[in-house]
Amino acid sequence: MSGKPKLHYTKGRGKMESIRWLLAAAGVEFEEEFIETKEDLEKLRSDGVLLFQQVPMVEIDGMRMVQTRAILSYIAAKYNLYGKDLKERAWIDMYVEGTTDLMGMIMYLPFQPADTKEKNLALIIDRATTRYFPVYEKALKDHGQDYLVGNKLSWADVHLLEAILMAEECKPDVLSAFPLLQAFKGRISNIPTIKKFLQPGSQRKPPTDEKFVAVVRKIFNI
Amino acid sequence: MSGKPKLHYFNGRGRMEPIRWLLAAAGVEFDECFIEKKEDLTKLQNDGSLLFQQVPMVEIDGMKLVQTRAIMNYIAAKYNLCGKDLKERALIDMYVEGLFDLNELLMTYEILPADKKVQHFANMMDKAENRYFPVFEKVLKDHAKDFLVGNQLSRADVQLLEVILMADEYKPDMFSKFPFLQSFKARISAMPNIKKFLQPGSQRKPPSDDEVVDKVMKIFY
Repeated sequence: MSGKPKLHYTKGRGKMESIRWLLAAAGVEFEEEFIETKEDLEKLRSDGVLLFQQVPMVEIDGMRMVQTRAILSYIAAKYNLYGKDLKERAWIDMYVEGTTDLMGMIMYLPFQPADTKEKNLALIIDRATTRYFPVYEKALKDHGQDYLVGNKLSWADVHLLEAILMAEECKPDVLSAFPLLQAFKGRISNIPTIKKFLQPGSQRKPPTDEKFVAVVRKIFNI
Repeated sequence: MSGKPKLHYFNGRGRMEPIRWLLAAAGVEFDECFIEKKEDLTKLQNDGSLLFQQVPMVEIDGMKLVQTRAIMNYIAAKYNLCGKDLKERALIDMYVEGLFDLNELLMTYEILPADKKVQHFANMMDKAENRYFPVFEKVLKDHAKDFLVGNQLSRADVQLLEVILMADEYKPDMFSKFPFLQSFKARISAMPNIKKFLQPGSQRKPPSDDEVVDKVMKIFY
């Protein structure tokens, strides 16, 4: 037993990617066990290790945690990435829920019918540039600090960087109207643990391509 | 200024209902400002009161909180409904997220067009009976205390009761095979703050009828 957290998921981003990011940012080494076939998922289910029969599941500190937000909240709190008090935590929660909504849209894009892709992509870019990014740009502008909340790296900063990079994969110049977010991106990417995660060979997963969509559909029967 | 939290939403359950439940369970009085037409929503958006242009929004402790989970995390932590340590909180969070997923199924059913309702209903009941309620039945049985986690009321208990009652509205006989959930339901319903919330005249909202659904579609879509 290694004592390291162990992640159970497919070998792709999906809902596990934000968890990989947060562990990496916190400097926590982790192991991964990949679900490659329907049988792998069935085995986890029949072993009784998935509380609601779903993944992500993370073995951590003697628990088999499920539900993405529960896992992320636990990691954030444990590694002091959740602000210093209730009010800072409220702001972090609000910001994270916003980036979760945005990344959720991007995550489902490869799974949508081909004839709706263009429309959905346009909606993502619209939401990113008119609903979400302006909020974070303004937050950074108003307090003039390096991080979103409390002048200290938090889960919100890590999540925002992840969302920015995903949005840029959809449209490379998506940050053109957001100079502070551009600087934020540069700054947070240079934090040693995050810089390491952004290098080739890390446990960060690539964008989901058509081939992988087919694999996922088979495993989860969707 | 009353000092009470102020809830901004339409006059129905939707995503605000779990928040009403949590405040009520914590014994916190609150005011409500109802969005009746599109112009009401637009005004809130133009005022800059909605961080992501969406409701629910709750004015509390000098903040305009948005995002259901952020709001509920704040209330739960403030009123000690999150367990006594990180591990209890982890368990509570897992249960609550499962309940949110089930609540989402129950909630979206109301606003679906008639031709999509039948299949959704079957899926929703299947998940309730085979994925979610068995988990909580087992937790109550194995943990063998009055509450889901530790030895005191938490947000998980409040949310489970809410979801039980919602499922009850659709299929009351579902619970015949969940005796521990039945006694849990009776026990938690009898707690003074919750008993009060369950009485007529409280701020608890009824299931949405066609008139409310119609209004919602006009405001948000």
